[in-house]
Amino acid sequence: MIELTDLRKVYVMGEEEVAALAGVSLFIGRGEHLAVIGPSGSGKSSLMNILGGLDRPSSGTYRFDGEDVGSFDDNDLASFRRRRIGFVFQSFQLLPRLSALQNVELPMIYAGMAPAERRVRAAELLDRVGLASRMGHRPTQLSGGQQQRVAIARALANSPDLLLADEPTGALDTQTGQEVLALFKQLNRDGLTLILVTHDLEVAAAARRQVAFRDGLIVSDQQVAA
Amino acid sequence: MRFVELLRFATGAIIAHPMRSVLTSLGVVIGVAAVVMMTSIGLGAQQRVTSTIAGLGSNLIIVSPGASRSGGGSSLVMAAAGSGQSLNDRDVEAIRSQVDGLAAVAPSVRGQAQLAADGANWNSRIEGVTPDYLIARDLVIGQGRMFDEREARQGRKVVVIGTTVARELWGDADPIGKRLRVRAVPFEVIGVLESKGQSSFGQDQDDVVLGPLEAVRSRIIGRRARGDTVQTIYVKSETAETLDRVQEDTTNVLREEHKIRPGDDDDFQTQNMASILQASQAAIATFTVLLAAVAAVSLLVGGVGIMNIMLVAVTERTREIGLRMAVGARRSDILTQFALESIALSLVGGLIGLGLGVLGAIGIAKLGQWPAAIPAWAGPTALGFSCLVGLVFGAYPSWRAARLDPIEALRRE
Repeated sequence: MIELTDLRKVYVMGEEEVAALAGVSLFIGRGEHLAVIGPSGSGKSSLMNILGGLDRPSSGTYRFDGEDVGSFDDNDLASFRRRRIGFVFQSFQLLPRLSALQNVELPMIYAGMAPAERRVRAAELLDRVGLASRMGHRPTQLSGGQQQRVAIARALANSPDLLLADEPTGALDTQTGQEVLALFKQLNRDGLTLILVTHDLEVAAAARRQVAFRDGLIVSDQQVAA
Repeated sequence: MRFVELLRFATGAIIAHPMRSVLTSLGVVIGVAAVVMMTSIGLGAQQRVTSTIAGLGSNLIIVSPGASRSGGGSSLVMAAAGSGQSLNDRDVEAIRSQVDGLAAVAPSVRGQAQLAADGANWNSRIEGVTPDYLIARDLVIGQGRMFDEREARQGRKVVVIGTTVARELWGDADPIGKRLRVRAVPFEVIGVLESKGQSSFGQDQDDVVLGPLEAVRSRIIGRRARGDTVQTIYVKSETAETLDRVQEDTTNVLREEHKIRPGDDDDFQTQNMASILQASQAAIATFTVLLAAVAAVSLLVGGVGIMNIMLVAVTERTREIGLRMAVGARRSDILTQFALESIALSLVGGLIGLGLGVLGAIGIAKLGQWPAAIPAWAGPTALGFSCLVGLVFGAYPSWRAARLDPIEALRRE
């Protein structure tokens, strides 16, 4: 599904050029559950930004189901993120003014779904993540674990091909972190492709494949026994 | 569909901070209210001046003695004071016989006189006129009748009075047929004029006594005037189109009558009501535009206030913008959302300002005793301008929002 060939990302900082990604080639198949691990500055965030269509590579190709995402313009990228990608962030990124239900509806609004239809779907998704009784609550009225589950429901809104999670348990205690990871496993078993970016090896252990980064390069790529 | 959703985002953000939104739009409120009020005041003044000048009689040329001076309005005042005695009955006849397209030529003499009747006293203006005077000045008999040419020629001592005189001397009683002593000379009241109310110069137009020219001139004012002198000649053109030509012809006829050589100044002056009207309207229009322009500056200041708060909003909501982009919003969606927010803020201000402006205009009209003139286009124009202000001053903040890098935006605390 995802094919990266000699992918590079170079940032210019003053006179110096810093390579966040120094030639990454990677193949990710549909239905995989993959953890990208590495210390901060290893290039894993840059990789996630490019995979999610938030950023473009400096060179190399990024193919997603055969399409050359690297050549997309801003509108194509917006459409790509809208239809194919679901994001889960460390800090949840819920809009504080909106209820849980409205937060989940947001991606569907940009996808142009009719109000009645998306309300039903948002309710279904919240039910799926175990928050059927919290739909009308604002983010501030929810616990961290609950907020992250709202964010996961939101990421699933437009039935993405790929779910990208950047340190999804980073702001949670161990117990709720485990619950969230269990939810990810469940989603993966239901057929969703998942990429988890983390520096926490315990979190990475939840994935079936681990790709380790250091200084913008892949240093290891191994399958984990289930 | 999409647009409606973006509008909901925009209004949602405005409603989320009601106090801040109201304060932000306050500049536009004041600006729109000021423009509406200033325009309305200008129009009201214009209408009042128009009705005042029209009240003197339409299509009217006023000929008065004395050299004409340049300088519009002030010469009217000088002519009214008219101490010269250069006009007489022969001039009236000459105009009547030599100028075409006349509706009426009405000579007049006037003075102030003490009136007495049935034990009551009143001091009023007395005018000696011919029956044509009613046509020239657009006056209407409300009760009784006007004296006719024959009665005037015979020097019959009859008068037509204004409603103020009737009320002061007889109260509610019918004055027709009553005897009225003007400077001790007895006259018979045969008619009452319909009320014209107060003129804008503050003069009560109903406080007047009209008598036959000959009788008034010889019996009341005679001591101070030569036998055939008149103070003012009212020349009324049949139509507005011929007004200028009639004025020119009248001037030529009088110059000939008075044997004024070419190049010499007139010893009389003619005032064309239409041109006075035009001049005063133009002056008021300029004044109105000036006031509205000053008011429009406050609208601009209001726009800057909106821009300021929108820039703050974009900074505050950087993460929201990043998130919206991450879930698939295009840059144009972000641009539209913030532009709509800015326009909605400005429009709310415009609506409130329109309401306040209309109330203010009505209040000022009451104080100034002129019609509250709020043109039908004031509403759409005020709201249109509010939208424009929101659009123009929201453009830069919205552009800033749409240009944000989603990665940077999401990272912002």
